[in-house]
Amino acid sequence: MEPKVINQTLSKAAQSGRWKYGQHACFCQKQGSGNNWAYGYSVHGPRHEESIMNLIQKQVEKCDSLSGFFIIMSMAGGTGSGLGAFVTQNLQDQYPNSLKMNQIIWPYGTGEVIVQNYNSILTLSHLYRSSDALLVHENDAIHKICVKRMNIKQISFSNINQVLAHQLGSIFQPTYSAEGSFHCRRNPLGDLMEDLVPHPEFKMLGVRNIPQMSENSLAYSTFTWAGLLKHLRQMLISNAKMEEGINWQVRPPLSGLPALGKMSFNKELHFNTSIANLVILRGKDAQSADLAGFKDPALYTSWLEPDNAFNVWKTQRAFNKYEKSAALVSNSQFLVKPLDVIVGKAWNMFASKAYIHQYTKFGIEEEDFLDSFTLLEQVITSYYNL
Amino acid sequence: MEEGVVNEILQGPLRDVFDSKQLITDVSGSGNNWAVGHNVFGSLYQEQILEKLRKSAEQCDCLQCFFIIHSMGGGTGSGLGTFLLKVLKDEFPEVYRFVTSVYPSGEDDVITSPYNSILAMKELNEHADCVLPIDNQSLFDIISKIDVIVNSGKLGKTVKPKSLVTSSARALKNRQEKPFDAMNNIVANLLLNLTSSARFEGSLNMDLNEISMNLVPFPQLHYLVSSLTPLYTLADVNIPPRRLDQMFSDAFSKDHQLIQADPKHSLYLACALMVRGNVQISDLRRNIERLKPSLQFVSWNQEGWKTSLCSVPPVGHSHSLLALANNTCVKPTFVELRERFMRLYKKKAHLHHYLQVEGMEESSFTEAVSSLSALIQEYNQLDATKSMPVQDFPRLSIAM
Repeated sequence: MEPKVINQTLSKAAQSGRWKYGQHACFCQKQGSGNNWAYGYSVHGPRHEESIMNLIQKQVEKCDSLSGFFIIMSMAGGTGSGLGAFVTQNLQDQYPNSLKMNQIIWPYGTGEVIVQNYNSILTLSHLYRSSDALLVHENDAIHKICVKRMNIKQISFSNINQVLAHQLGSIFQPTYSAEGSFHCRRNPLGDLMEDLVPHPEFKMLGVRNIPQMSENSLAYSTFTWAGLLKHLRQMLISNAKMEEGINWQVRPPLSGLPALGKMSFNKELHFNTSIANLVILRGKDAQSADLAGFKDPALYTSWLEPDNAFNVWKTQRAFNKYEKSAALVSNSQFLVKPLDVIVGKAWNMFASKAYIHQYTKFGIEEEDFLDSFTLLEQVITSYYNL
Repeated sequence: MEEGVVNEILQGPLRDVFDSKQLITDVSGSGNNWAVGHNVFGSLYQEQILEKLRKSAEQCDCLQCFFIIHSMGGGTGSGLGTFLLKVLKDEFPEVYRFVTSVYPSGEDDVITSPYNSILAMKELNEHADCVLPIDNQSLFDIISKIDVIVNSGKLGKTVKPKSLVTSSARALKNRQEKPFDAMNNIVANLLLNLTSSARFEGSLNMDLNEISMNLVPFPQLHYLVSSLTPLYTLADVNIPPRRLDQMFSDAFSKDHQLIQADPKHSLYLACALMVRGNVQISDLRRNIERLKPSLQFVSWNQEGWKTSLCSVPPVGHSHSLLALANNTCVKPTFVELRERFMRLYKKKAHLHHYLQVEGMEESSFTEAVSSLSALIQEYNQLDATKSMPVQDFPRLSIAM
C-alpha cells in the first residue's frame, strides 16, 4: 500500500532485467492499514474498490483465456489480510466463473505483529467463504528450511522469499498434460483445483518439495527418483515440513481396518491423512518414476478412491538447477495443528477483550469475530475427523 | 509561549527548523499554573491555534499523526498542551495523537507540579492515543553514564564522537553545554527512531498507526515505556554478533529506560522492537527467543512482540534499537505522583491560585484524582494476574 514499499518492489523487479511490472499495474495509497484488519477491509476496501477493480479488469481484458486469479497475501498485517479478503470477495462477485486461489503467508508463531492471530482468523474465515483454494506457506517452516537445509547464517526476508518462489515455481511451471503427449497444460490453476479440492469444506493446501539444498551442495549430490519419492511420501505421512528430521516411525494404518490410529482423544495426530495429493516431477527420467507408494488407499480418506485422490504431473525439463526435483501439493491434515494453535491464541485474547476496541472502531463487531471462530472451529473439526 | 523563550530558540542553531508564521507567543507565561494554561490561554488562543493547525494540515498529503511534546509540571506545557489534545481530537478525530510527556522527577523545583501533572493526566487519559512518559532523572542518569564511559577511557577504545545519543554536531568541543541540551537530544533521538520506519525503507515496515494498534490493548492503558540503545558506539568497524545481542539485552535493563521503571520485574502487556540498520530477521528472532524467558507477559498475550526493521541506521551508528513497552512498571510513577498530590491537596496548599481562574472548581481536582486512581487500579488488576498460571478459556465446541 505505502508508496515506498510499492516503489521498492517495482524497482527490484525491473532491476532483475528479466521481467517487470507494467507501468500502471500498481495501486498505492499514502497510508497503510496499521496492522488493522478492520481498516483494510472496511475502510480501504470500499474506498478504493472501484480503482482496484478497474485495474484488475484491464489486466483481465488483456488475457486470451483467463484461467483464474492467484492472490498472494499475508495474514498478519492489515492490508494483505483485510484488503486481500475484500478484493477476493469482490472477485467472487464480479467474476463468479473463474477460479481463485489465495496463497497465504502464515505468520511466524511469535513476534511479527501482536494482533496477528485476530487478523489471521478474520482473514481465513472470510477467504473460506469466497475463495476456491488456499495455498498456505508457513514462515516458521520456511525459516527452518533456510536454517537447516540451506545453511544460511543470517536469514533475511529475501532468502525466505526465494524458497517460497522456488516452491511456487515448482508447481506452476509448465508440465505435460498427459502421458507422452507434447502439449503443455493449458490451465494449471484449474487442474490443480480439480485434482485437489473435491469438497468445499476442505480447501487448505500445503506444499512440500524435495530436494532443498544450497547451491553449493548441489554440485556434489545426485538423486534417484526412488529415493526422492520415498522421502516425499514419508514427509507426507508424518507431516514433516522439510527433508530433515522426518519421523520414520509413523506408518499408515493397515488397510481394511478402521482408522483407529487416526483420531485419538487428545487430538495428537501422528499420521497425516490426505484427501487428495498431487505430485509434480521435474527432471530426467521423470517418466520412469514409480509412484505406487502414493496410491496406497491407507493414505487417504475412505470417501475418495486413490485413483481420484492422487494425480501426477510430469515433465522432463529440470527446474532451477536441480537435476531431479519433486513437489507435493497436498490437501491433508497438514495445517490442522497450526490452525488450532492460532484459533486458540486468538480465542484467549478475545476472551480478555484485548484490542477489540481497535476493530470495533472501524465496524468489525464482536459478532463478526464469533462468526469467524465458529467457521474455523468447524473446519478444524472436519479436518480432524478425516 | 513566553516571548523570551521562543526568541531564544529562534536565535539558536535550530532557527531554520521552525516556520516563524506558525509560532504563538504571549508576553507572560502561565506562572506554573495549569488552570491558566488550560482555561485562560486555551480560550484566548483557541482560534489562532486552530487556524495554524489547519494551515499545516492542509499541506499534508496524508496526515498520520500529531506529536505533542510537553512537560507535565509547568503551566503552559501541561495546561495549554493538554488543551491542544482536546482541540485535535475534535478537529481531526481520525489522526493519532502521540504525546511525549516529561514527568516531574522527585526533586522538582516547581512546587505545584503535582497539581499540574494530575490535572494534565486526566486529559491524557481521555484524549491521547499513546503517551510516552519520560522523566528528567532518568535522562540525567543516562548522561552521567555516558560521561563516565567517555571520560574514563578505561575501555581503551575511543568512542565515536558523533554517535553519542546525546550529541549534537558541536557537542564534544563544548564541554560547558547545559545538560538540558544533552537530555533533549535523547528525546529527539527517541522521536527520530520512532518515525524512522515511516521515513525510510526497510524489510519489515512499521507505520505510526501500527504502534497504537499493536501496543494499546485497552483504550485506557496507553502508556509506553521507552528505551534506546546503544548509547554510544565504539570505533570498532566490525561489530561482532555479541555486540548486537548486547544491544537487545540493554534495551530491557532499567538503566536504559527513559523513565524510572524496571520493566523486567513487572508485567508486560505488549512490547515493540524497532530496529534500524543492518540487522536481519534471524538476529531479531534469535534475540526475542533468548530474552523471552526472563520477561513476564500477560496471559493472553504470551507472544506480544511487534517488530520492525528499517535499513537506514541513525547517524554514527551501524544499528540501533528502540524498545517500546506497555508494561505495568509505569504504575509506581503514577502512584508516587498521586501521593505528592495528596500531600499538597490535604492541606489545600496553593489551591486558591487555581480556583481563582474561571472554570476551575474543586471538583476538577477530585475528578482528576479519581481518573488517575482508576488507571492505577486497572494496572493493579493486571499485576494480580502476574503469577497466576495461564488459563485457557474453553473453546467453542462444534456438534458433529
